Amino acid sequence: MSTLDLILNAVVAGLMLGGFYAAVALGLSITFGQLDIVNIAHPTFVILGSFVAYILNNNFGIDPVLIGLLFMPVFYFLGTLLYRFYYVSFERTGQESLSGLAFFFGLMFIIEVILILTFGVDYRLVSAPYIGETLHIGPVDLPYRMLVPATISVIMTGAVILYLSKTFLGKTILAVSQDRLALQLMGADPVKVKRIALGIAIATASMAGALLIIIQPVEPSVGRVYIGRIFAIVVLGGMGSISGTFVAAILIGVVESFISTFYGPSWAPAVGFGILLLTLAVRPQGIFGRA
Amino acid sequence: MKSKLFWLSVVLVFVLGFAFTKLSDNEFYFFAIYTILQGVIMAVAWNILGGFTGYVNFGSAGFFAVGVYTSVSLNKAFGLPLPATLIVAGIICGLLGLAAGYLTLRLKGVYFAIATLATALVFETVVNNWHFVGGAAGIFIQPPQYFFIFDNFIELLFMLMLFLAIVATAVSRYVSSSRLGMGLTAIRDDETAAECMGVPTLRLKLISTTLMGALMGVAGAPYPFFVSFVEPVSAFSLLIAVNAIAMPIIGGTLVWYGPVIGALILGVVLETATVTISSELNLLIVGIVLVAFITLAPKGIVGLVEDFRKKKGATNG
Repeated sequence: MSTLDLILNAVVAGLMLGGFYAAVALGLSITFGQLDIVNIAHPTFVILGSFVAYILNNNFGIDPVLIGLLFMPVFYFLGTLLYRFYYVSFERTGQESLSGLAFFFGLMFIIEVILILTFGVDYRLVSAPYIGETLHIGPVDLPYRMLVPATISVIMTGAVILYLSKTFLGKTILAVSQDRLALQLMGADPVKVKRIALGIAIATASMAGALLIIIQPVEPSVGRVYIGRIFAIVVLGGMGSISGTFVAAILIGVVESFISTFYGPSWAPAVGFGILLLTLAVRPQGIFGRA
Repeated sequence: MKSKLFWLSVVLVFVLGFAFTKLSDNEFYFFAIYTILQGVIMAVAWNILGGFTGYVNFGSAGFFAVGVYTSVSLNKAFGLPLPATLIVAGIICGLLGLAAGYLTLRLKGVYFAIATLATALVFETVVNNWHFVGGAAGIFIQPPQYFFIFDNFIELLFMLMLFLAIVATAVSRYVSSSRLGMGLTAIRDDETAAECMGVPTLRLKLISTTLMGALMGVAGAPYPFFVSFVEPVSAFSLLIAVNAIAMPIIGGTLVWYGPVIGALILGVVLETATVTISSELNLLIVGIVLVAFITLAPKGIVGLVEDFRKKKGATNG
């Protein structure tokens, strides 16, 4: 393969990888960017989604994407429950900063350990007709196990952007972190708005989890690598900007793909964190953030 | 606690520890207590920043592991013995804490928390790719054959850890009762107000991140000699980070003896559970106890006891 082909393939692989990252970062972009809830357990919910897809796919042969879609309401419900608990325990008493953070950290740990106790630390995978097939366009390879998740992720991100910008409820979600009082004056209950928003955020984790297990085998602690990566994406994209998050996801996907191609995949996890540290040090408001 | 009483109990604990090495020859106790003491140092170190100033460090395992790998690399490259690697590990991790603080502490606290998490994972990637210290496969460390005045190496390590735990506690106690500690408390309560009153917030925060990093590095430095086989997964174990947060929160983050109490209690529970139940269930216990304390008793055991005393006082008076 010539160097040009190699670069071309790295770019395309990076675009698809980044597209998928957007699906994982989307939920965090809502919770962290819009609601000011630092849900570091978000990747663990994604892994939970992966295991749901694994169980149903292996037992009933259902397509993982379909499972992801079917379980979105269940995850939405989980998210609203989580917000009820979070609101009563921390937000109402104004302790969300230290206690809230430690709470999500503990929650992440509990879910991960329960998954380990139930499934062990073996890598699990799903089967679908398109996994393993590859689309060839000239010298560029597009494996379907990357192409399908990237496409679905783009659709999901688009749907969320449309929902937030076109519907009344969506607009209240965008407004809740900006001005709580103004929102109340417009006749919307901030607590209810945040509950729905966290529900939506966790619902996207259902789909993201299904997409993740299409791309790669999953074991319970895989989620940890995604913490730094998706926080890097959300911060880089500018807090509170979903489209910014999408662009940042693509950017990090492409950079990681280049590092993997030319320096070896074992360095790839450091990319997200490196970029995150750099962003925090140099431009904490991100590319698209308000200064 | 009065100063005299504190130092008297320090001497007493040290003498008791020494007597224990001469009286007991069951090595299990030394291994178990070593782990508990390691928890004490980590918890006390975490609390200097997390409890006193309110900045959460999720990357404790990263600082710990940098201490571990400083020890490993110096021992392999120059054959340096443990006391020397301990000092170097303390200095390196202190500087790391300073750098991490300098980069992120001017931002909101949550960015600092995420940055520490990210830093730990960057270091893990570096160690995974660093073949000199064994990379992802791990490395064997030859424990020294010289035991000083003790019968075997684990007794020596046990006394060293006891000494370090006491030093860490004394440092934390000094910090909390000094002007520095008052400044840190002011930062925790209201950073802007503290700044307006002339508290040099950034400098104080940097001092506490440096202290935190140094103590965590010191806690990690003896670890390779303790386990004699190190690989990144165990050195960067999430359990270390979770414990470092859970112990102070269980004990109480607002006073210097909170993390010590939390670390001793949780440490004993975990060591007992490892022997009697299973080590995986252990992790679940830590997670659930942590979340339970955060939601139900955010001031920890120290806070619970204080509330109980107040209630008692109210009914008596």
